[in-house]
Amino acid sequence: MNPRGFYTLFYKEVLRFGKVWLQTLGAPIITSLLYLLVFAHVLEGRMEVFEGVSYSAFLIPGLMMMSLIQNAFANSSSSIIQSKVTGNIVFLLLAPLSYLEMYLAFMLAAVVRGLVVGTGVLVVGIFFVDLPVHSVVALVLFGLLSGAVLATFGVIAGIWAEKFDQLAGAQNFIIMPLSFLSGVFYSIHSLPPFWQQLSHFNPFFYMIDGFRYGFFGVSDVDPGFSLVVLLLSLGILAMLTLSLLSRGYRLRD
Amino acid sequence: MTAAITIAGVHKRFGNLKALDGVEFNVERGEFFGLLGPNGAGKSTLINVIAGLSRASEGAVAVLGHDVVSDYRNSRMKLGVVPQELVFDPFFTVREVLRIQAGYFGLGPECYPWLEELMSELQLANKADANMRTLSGGMKRRVLIAQALVHKPEVVVLDEPTAGVDVELRQSLWVFVRKLHEQGHTIVLTTHYLEEAESLCDRIAILNHGKVIALDTKQGMLARGIGRRMRVCISTAEPIADLPVSLANKLRRQQANVIELELDRDSDSVIDLLDELRGTGVAVTDLHTEEADLEDVFVELVGQGRK
Repeated sequence: MNPRGFYTLFYKEVLRFGKVWLQTLGAPIITSLLYLLVFAHVLEGRMEVFEGVSYSAFLIPGLMMMSLIQNAFANSSSSIIQSKVTGNIVFLLLAPLSYLEMYLAFMLAAVVRGLVVGTGVLVVGIFFVDLPVHSVVALVLFGLLSGAVLATFGVIAGIWAEKFDQLAGAQNFIIMPLSFLSGVFYSIHSLPPFWQQLSHFNPFFYMIDGFRYGFFGVSDVDPGFSLVVLLLSLGILAMLTLSLLSRGYRLRD
Repeated sequence: MTAAITIAGVHKRFGNLKALDGVEFNVERGEFFGLLGPNGAGKSTLINVIAGLSRASEGAVAVLGHDVVSDYRNSRMKLGVVPQELVFDPFFTVREVLRIQAGYFGLGPECYPWLEELMSELQLANKADANMRTLSGGMKRRVLIAQALVHKPEVVVLDEPTAGVDVELRQSLWVFVRKLHEQGHTIVLTTHYLEEAESLCDRIAILNHGKVIALDTKQGMLARGIGRRMRVCISTAEPIADLPVSLANKLRRQQANVIELELDRDSDSVIDLLDELRGTGVAVTDLHTEEADLEDVFVELVGQGRK
């Protein structure tokens, strides 16, 4: 075990995004705020997704979760690809860190960024609308697990990608569509039956649905089931990451 | 005593390309070891395998007895590597970079005095709080060396550390590396500057096409067959228009009124050579002989490999 080595990598990753906070924290919070202003302005009063919950209140948890997962993915993936492209990943690969320590450090730092951005969206959002809290435990669990799933996916994408445009491809063709089509802006019950069914194959849907349950106590599917989906997703992706790291895939060729 | 580095039957293949083809030798503790070879010979690949940055397709490498794959934590703790490329993390200052690197090796604030000492030794102290992006190439090179030494490794590998640096910096780096060697570190050096390997290294391996084509002490290398060659520089009053055929075969270089001939120490005689020249009416004004140097050995061996 090399706990200090693990902590150092975690700290370095947090320090890295902290040094460019305007880009890594400020920008996504502002983007979410713009979504909130535009969508709330257009749809407030015209639709009520959950009974007794305003559209703005419904939207904020979705935006929180969307920015949380997008930023968790962006942090781990961009850090690894930058280190690979600039070559400074060599300093990490020369260090006596295990694959598990490396994975956990990258993943947790990315979760921290996701949580900071998500909390930032909440802080800005509650200026506009009152949000109830039904279950703090559910909020924490879904926030952490969703961040961990996307941070892990980011580690895999960072290891896999050899160029920035490959990573941009993963972000624009996988992360963005899946997060936009997961129910951030709507409840899947408002969709035609086919699209409702299809949404159940989108893991991001369970993240947002479970997270909303934490605020409103209402969800499209059983939050316990959502939790199981997230745990399974995390387990599979974590095993894949450790397998890639232990084989040195695209890192120790 | 366990060798500093044990390289046992290492092969490395990239598709059909054999980057390393059965490399096998030891670097003993306390040695200043030179690893030479032309571009693409496999030097950096071998260093990458030693450092665990690349996996051998076959064979094994150990640092102070610790296998670089199965016992990677211990082998990496004993090894410091200065990479060839000027790589750096643009987010951090010099001091942060060194503290982070030390942290990876499990070291905390207790090692900060050593990091300050390293920065002072490598003339980085006044740049300690400067961002890595703002440093000159030479300064970045010094940081790379400092990063390799944060954990006081017993074995230090320098992969072409003076490539592209100015003469002054090269000299100061060698003074520093010599000092490390005197302090007991085992040094493995790859360089294109053969005179550096000649002045610094105790033992040298020459790599070509992924194979070790020579492995000997510096003296042993120079005393090989190639070492029996002798260079004779002759200055004449007038440039020689027609060199006798027997001497033309031995001509290495001709410039104005100076000719350089390569003789075999055993079968050629300098006296006979002078007599032959005088016989053609040439007035010799000066003559000096040179022993073979590492460059001769290198060129000869690599040339043989190409044949």
